[in-house]
Amino acid sequence: MRKNLTGKTILIVAVLLVFVLGIIGIPSGVTPAALKQAITNRIHLGLDLSGGTHLILQVMVEEAVGATSDSDLSRVLTDLQQAGATGATAIKPHPKTQPQLIRVTGVNPDKDNAVRSVLEDHYGTQYDISSGSDNSYTLTMKPSIVRDLEQRALQQSIETIRDRIDKLGVNEPVIEEYGPGHFQILVELPGIDDPGRVKDVIQSTARLEIHEVLGGPYPDEQSALQGNGGTLPPDGELMKSDDGSSSTGQYYLLRRAAIVAGSDFRDAQPSVDVNQRPDVTFILTRAGGDRFYQYTSANIGKSMAIVLDNTVREVATIQGAIRDQGQIAGGGINKDEAQNLSLMLRTGALPASIHFLEERTVGPSLGADSIRHGVEAAVAGLIAVLAFMLFYYHGAGINADLALILNLVILLGFMGYSQATLTLPGIAGVILTIGMGVDSNVLIFERIREELRAGKAPSAAVDQGFAHAWLTIVDTHVTTIVSAAILFLFGTGPVKGFAVTLTFGLLANLFTAVFVSRVIFEANLNRKQRGEPISIG
Amino acid sequence: MEFFHDVNIDWLGKKWYFLGFSLIFSIAGLLSMFFWHGLPLGVDFKGGTLIYLKFEQTPQVDRIRQAADRAGLHDIKTQSFGHAVDHEVIVSLPQRDTKEASLDTGRATIVQTLQQNYSANGAANAGKLDLDNATRESLAAFLTQTDPLHLNNQAVEEVRYRQIATTILNYRDQDKGGLIDNLAELNGKVDPAVVAALQQGAYLSGFTVRNVEIVGPQVGAALRLQALEATLYSLAGMLVYLWFRFELIYGVAAVVAVFHDTLITLGAFSLTNREITLTVIAAILTLIGYSMNDTIVVFDRIRENLRLMRRVPLSEVVNRSINQTLSRTVLTSGLTFLTVLSLFLFGGEVLNGFSFALVIGILIGTYSSIAVAAPMLVAYQDWRAKRGKVASLPTGKRAKA
Repeated sequence: MRKNLTGKTILIVAVLLVFVLGIIGIPSGVTPAALKQAITNRIHLGLDLSGGTHLILQVMVEEAVGATSDSDLSRVLTDLQQAGATGATAIKPHPKTQPQLIRVTGVNPDKDNAVRSVLEDHYGTQYDISSGSDNSYTLTMKPSIVRDLEQRALQQSIETIRDRIDKLGVNEPVIEEYGPGHFQILVELPGIDDPGRVKDVIQSTARLEIHEVLGGPYPDEQSALQGNGGTLPPDGELMKSDDGSSSTGQYYLLRRAAIVAGSDFRDAQPSVDVNQRPDVTFILTRAGGDRFYQYTSANIGKSMAIVLDNTVREVATIQGAIRDQGQIAGGGINKDEAQNLSLMLRTGALPASIHFLEERTVGPSLGADSIRHGVEAAVAGLIAVLAFMLFYYHGAGINADLALILNLVILLGFMGYSQATLTLPGIAGVILTIGMGVDSNVLIFERIREELRAGKAPSAAVDQGFAHAWLTIVDTHVTTIVSAAILFLFGTGPVKGFAVTLTFGLLANLFTAVFVSRVIFEANLNRKQRGEPISIG
Repeated sequence: MEFFHDVNIDWLGKKWYFLGFSLIFSIAGLLSMFFWHGLPLGVDFKGGTLIYLKFEQTPQVDRIRQAADRAGLHDIKTQSFGHAVDHEVIVSLPQRDTKEASLDTGRATIVQTLQQNYSANGAANAGKLDLDNATRESLAAFLTQTDPLHLNNQAVEEVRYRQIATTILNYRDQDKGGLIDNLAELNGKVDPAVVAALQQGAYLSGFTVRNVEIVGPQVGAALRLQALEATLYSLAGMLVYLWFRFELIYGVAAVVAVFHDTLITLGAFSLTNREITLTVIAAILTLIGYSMNDTIVVFDRIRENLRLMRRVPLSEVVNRSINQTLSRTVLTSGLTFLTVLSLFLFGGEVLNGFSFALVIGILIGTYSSIAVAAPMLVAYQDWRAKRGKVASLPTGKRAKA
């Protein structure tokens, strides 16, 4: 019985063409160099092959929560005054460990109702408010609000870091959340093998704030405490100054809530001061400028501090009302630092500081070596397997070899189309696919041989061989894909690449070993007389 | 051609030998894990800094140590790796030097001290550009500054010197494996004036940084947990699949066999004191899939034969099934082993642990389908028979229908 194979053959050729196109795209020519270029354009190499830097960052999201409760704290203080609760004050009892807590104490019993209603009116949506026995109130930020702030801090950090890296001119960086729920960011920088400068730029929070100066300067923390009667005012904080000149630095007592901060700054450019020393000029937004104008016009003669990343850079006396422009000099910054600083101010401040958890750098020479080793191993493995199949199965070996080659073409085509990343373990996955892919053919061929030994006619033996082997093949593929899928879910960069190639390879194998190999068998049978033996070793 | 024709080996008769063999290797591995080398975790899992260096000449480990010592890094470990002709050394720093605030100070310190102290005339090179460790940016900046081609035009210089830097670094990294022997080699690759400028203002330190891995303690702990979870989930996934496709006892037998493979492979890492890294875990998960494959092929045949040979005792059915699939088992394992072996031999040092795990794993995985999984089915049936339960093995869901 002859089978009509035209449709199936056309399908196979079409698949072959589609995936070859996936590997090389449309090459600019047919020279080896042009083909090589075409492949490099299509197949996306991982950092371990192209060379580059892989970083994992931790966003300290609790700082963003702290910043929000700081500004709420200053609103609470104002509200207490307006409610006439003169003896009452508000503090954050544990600013480091529990940034979501604000405690109001010393509420005069006759003002209790007024305080309660103003707290509930103004903060009830964001805070859970509970009253204590000693005329105190505790405001605890609602968990949903905290989660929201943390999530926003993470997203904003990702955006800011992306902006900064883009402006540094790194090609095709990857910046994304890593391991959901841990507030970590994955940064991949192809071609950067000395990440020093990039890391500085990423890590600097560039949080610029202008604070009211309550006291100082003091030579050290001890004398700052003594100067204020042993304790700091609840809304104040001590901050070190670094003006670039003195090595030790001095301490200032600042009001915790800033006059203008972070998002109030609109633009920053490197500039020079009157002595031609580099500094940075910043411009405030309209709203920030209005607030700054109000404050400066009401406080002429007082001091304010320009604070960058929790360090006082400059203390200036307010000479007159300022609306929207100022300079940060702090002395001693060079031109590069002024450039970096204005870049970071322009791209916005990070809402929280960043810690590095992991850094992996692959030098370009190692990447090139790895590609060479990987390709050598793949070619050696492929030749060994192809030769053995021919030797062991004769005619049917050609069949298996064609299926195997088509398998590799489909696998690489997949890689081209899906823009999945090829890593060194990924190449290992390709090599493993060669070995494991041939398993399906071996299963089928051994089964056909058994059926032939049992005295079946060639065409019946082929039918039976494929039918019996099919279920086994499905079972074996499913289990391997299960482990590859788990690898993909749990793994990182290189390991993920391995899971991808292994899965694509196994899927392609289902098509080539079962469908393509069968069509070739049937085409062979069609050419033969009925009952003439097939070549299967 | 055919290797196995009508083989008739009594596999189950040898089950005590198999048991002995498996026990010896499992226990040897366990003893090594608990009392000898422990489980040698790589930097991925325990945290710390690894710097892979490649040297022009045979590296002098003493001098690396002295240089690091002078820079205040007192407990570095050095270890040569790869082929001796490649002159490669791993310098590792313990975890406590990998602080999360300043993750890469260790790396910077090592590279700097080596540049100053390792090469013969370190002092004379102060202020010069180290071409062996130059990046494209630093080389381009050097050329733009010296302007050997007298272009005298900022914009043109930047483009042109960037191209020249790329040419030089491609030569260094792709043709020379990262190290240039002599600056004169560059003649013919780039303009002689550029070579002259380099000979004036650059030097070759004789080593290059190939790869740096810095893992903070937090990530190390998280990855340890992840690797364990991945392995357990993958085993559980397969148990469920086999339960669904065959019967629970098939799943249990296969999972025990695969667990046995994992244990022995980990034992081999401990015995040979090789480090377990993330890619090794990937290899172990692959081996779980592979060994499972092998077991399923045998089980499939047992299930089929149980339907055909209703009066034959189970041990005989299992024996015959193993023998019938032996040809396939040996061929597939042999071919996969060939590819893995080529990976082990040609795959380079980065994949060394990965391919070692697979080389061991494929041998053990093939052995365990025959020597662990199949005998377990028979042992289970014998156990049930002794307790007076129904003696026949459940033949699987499809077979019952």
